[in-house]
Amino acid sequence: MVPLSAYVAVSAVLFITGLLGVLIRRNFIIVLMSVEIMLNAANINLVAFSHYLESMAGQLVALFIIAIAAGEAAIGLAIIIVVFRGKISTNVDEMNLLKW
Amino acid sequence: MTDLLIKLIPLFPLLAVILNGLAGRRYSHDVAHRLAWGSVGLSFLCTIGVFVDILQTGTPHEVIAYQWIFGGDLTINLAYLVDPLTCIMLLVVTGVGFLIHVYSVGYMHGEGGFTRFFTYMNLFMVSMLLLVMGNNYVVLFIGWEGVGLCSYLLIGYYYDKISAAKAASKAFVVNRIGDAGFLLAIFLIFVNFKTLDYTKVFAQVSQLSPEVATAIALCLLVGAVGKSAQLPLYTWLPDAMEGPTPVSALIHAATMVTAGVYMIVRNHAIFDLSPTAMTIVGIIGGLTALFAATIGLVQTDIKRVLAYSTVSQLGYMFLGCGIGAYTAAVFHLMTHAFFKALLFLTAGSVIHALSGEQDIRKMGGLSSKIPWTYRLFLIGTVAIAGIPPLAGFWSKDEILAHAFTHHHYLLYGMAAIGALLTSFYMFRLIYLTFYGTSRMDHHTEEHVHESPMVMVGPLMVLGVLSILGGLLGFPPEHGWLHQFLVPVAGAGGEHGVSTGLVLMLMMIATGIALLGWGLAHYFYSVNLSAPDRLAAKFQAAYRILLNKYYVDEIYDLLWVEPTKKLGLLLDWFDRTVIDGLVRAIAHLAELGAAGSTWTEKHVIYGGINVVGYGNHLAARRWRQLQSGMVHHYAAIIVAGLFLLAVVIQLIMQL
Repeated sequence: MVPLSAYVAVSAVLFITGLLGVLIRRNFIIVLMSVEIMLNAANINLVAFSHYLESMAGQLVALFIIAIAAGEAAIGLAIIIVVFRGKISTNVDEMNLLKW
Repeated sequence: MTDLLIKLIPLFPLLAVILNGLAGRRYSHDVAHRLAWGSVGLSFLCTIGVFVDILQTGTPHEVIAYQWIFGGDLTINLAYLVDPLTCIMLLVVTGVGFLIHVYSVGYMHGEGGFTRFFTYMNLFMVSMLLLVMGNNYVVLFIGWEGVGLCSYLLIGYYYDKISAAKAASKAFVVNRIGDAGFLLAIFLIFVNFKTLDYTKVFAQVSQLSPEVATAIALCLLVGAVGKSAQLPLYTWLPDAMEGPTPVSALIHAATMVTAGVYMIVRNHAIFDLSPTAMTIVGIIGGLTALFAATIGLVQTDIKRVLAYSTVSQLGYMFLGCGIGAYTAAVFHLMTHAFFKALLFLTAGSVIHALSGEQDIRKMGGLSSKIPWTYRLFLIGTVAIAGIPPLAGFWSKDEILAHAFTHHHYLLYGMAAIGALLTSFYMFRLIYLTFYGTSRMDHHTEEHVHESPMVMVGPLMVLGVLSILGGLLGFPPEHGWLHQFLVPVAGAGGEHGVSTGLVLMLMMIATGIALLGWGLAHYFYSVNLSAPDRLAAKFQAAYRILLNKYYVDEIYDLLWVEPTKKLGLLLDWFDRTVIDGLVRAIAHLAELGAAGSTWTEKHVIYGGINVVGYGNHLAARRWRQLQSGMVHHYAAIIVAGLFLLAVVIQLIMQL
């Protein structure tokens, strides 16, 4: 029987990994992948607590998050393609049009 | 029906005023004068209708035309009270007024401002009708002020003549003094009775204390003295002769100046309570009758002689009121209206004939040239002199007899001497104007002509009234007029006076009048140098009379000049002190405005600019946050998340 703390630990490691990826990496695609990792960390958390608390609500929310993550990935990749066509780059630092 | 007629009486002239006043320029003079005398004629017809009704039923009519002011204790209606006294006044005002309006058509023919003249005359009629018809003191006062205004307007009719303008303002100002007294009386009446309606006031008049009654009566007397030109406020009336002659006849002889007498008779219930006030009324009347008659002796302007005669005759009416002979006073008022209007209008006819000449020293020998005017003037003179059986004899004798039989011997003496003087100066006018040799210059003499029928016609009617008017009060103290006025003036002549005494007094009065005639005949027909010798002998007295006792000069010295000086002083005060203050305040305001301009520019705008610029600077720093970099945003979100976690942790621990 794997204890709950193990799940939470894995989830935390995954979340920190994703967060660091979002903050540090410059490539837009990797940033997108890191966001996916963070979402999955949240999913692990949700499923683990769902089991632990014997409630189906957590697993349900996890399913929603998977669906949203899929949509998000699709839109995110589409934006990257559009930006890449204009700038010939996927560097996040060069995308600063939405400022003052 | 009668109520409707009563309401219509003042409406006709009012309509004429509105039409002639607003649209008089749009149509011809013929239309204007027809409207003017036509409206007064209609009023006269209505008056006759009302008169017949009152004669048959004997009940006074009280008609509320319009509810005007009401609230609290105060209720004032535009309401009319028509009783026998009002009836007599209405007949005199509309009847004589109508005749004078007709006469004016001829007299004013070709004058400038023809329509204006008739508008003022009609306005006067409206005011005079309100004055005599009102059922309360406020309506009386409106009429009182209205006739004063019209008197002012008509005296100043030839407003480009400086003397006329001055006479007009003199009349107006002197009348204001009287009006102030009248107003005080109205206030006193309201304070004491809580109402201003005649009937209500007279119903509770017996509750008055004698002192309050005296106060009210004296205040009323001040008003009456001003309007009726008695001592000491008579000075305006002789000057009022600057107006056209029909005005002198209508306003300054027949109607307006008798308003004071009407007012005293109307309020006799109040006067009866105060023997003091009655005595003062009698003395003022007697003194005025005598005083004005002496001035009349030496005046040379035909209209001024008549003016002093009017003042004197009004004195008789006051005397009559003062001794309680109210009916006799009203009787004399009525006959006086007839013969004085006749005298003024014939004098106007003479002036008309002589192309504006008013000085009797430049007349003479006119009896053959203008026979009708002469005959009518003679009738008027005989009537005013008090020779029976003409109108003036009966009314004047009744006042004299009443004074004698009620033991007012001093007043009787004054009145008798006044009557002698009246007879003398009136026949003096006749002799100087119509008899003897002509003293006219050649140019005037060529143009002498009898007046047209439109002028002589009304004169004839007035002449007939002057002859027969006395019959209304015949026999003395028991005539028709006395019976008619019993509801208003009370029954008179109840005391036993022997017929012999009455007849003797009549003989004396007749003798006095004939003596005056005889003297005038001697002085101005038999011994032509006598007047000059007499004047030389009593030079001081003659000069005083000629200068009207210097009353105008004394008033000038005592009141007019100090008032003018006070006016100049106030003018100086106004110009320097008050204007100075105003200018100082203006300067202060200017300074304040400059200061606030500076403050606004430098302090308020400065403050706003500081705030604005500060915002600008702060915004320049803060907008750096929105870098457009995804990392920055993410980092901020993470930092915020941690911060939130820390805060929540801290709160949970508390």
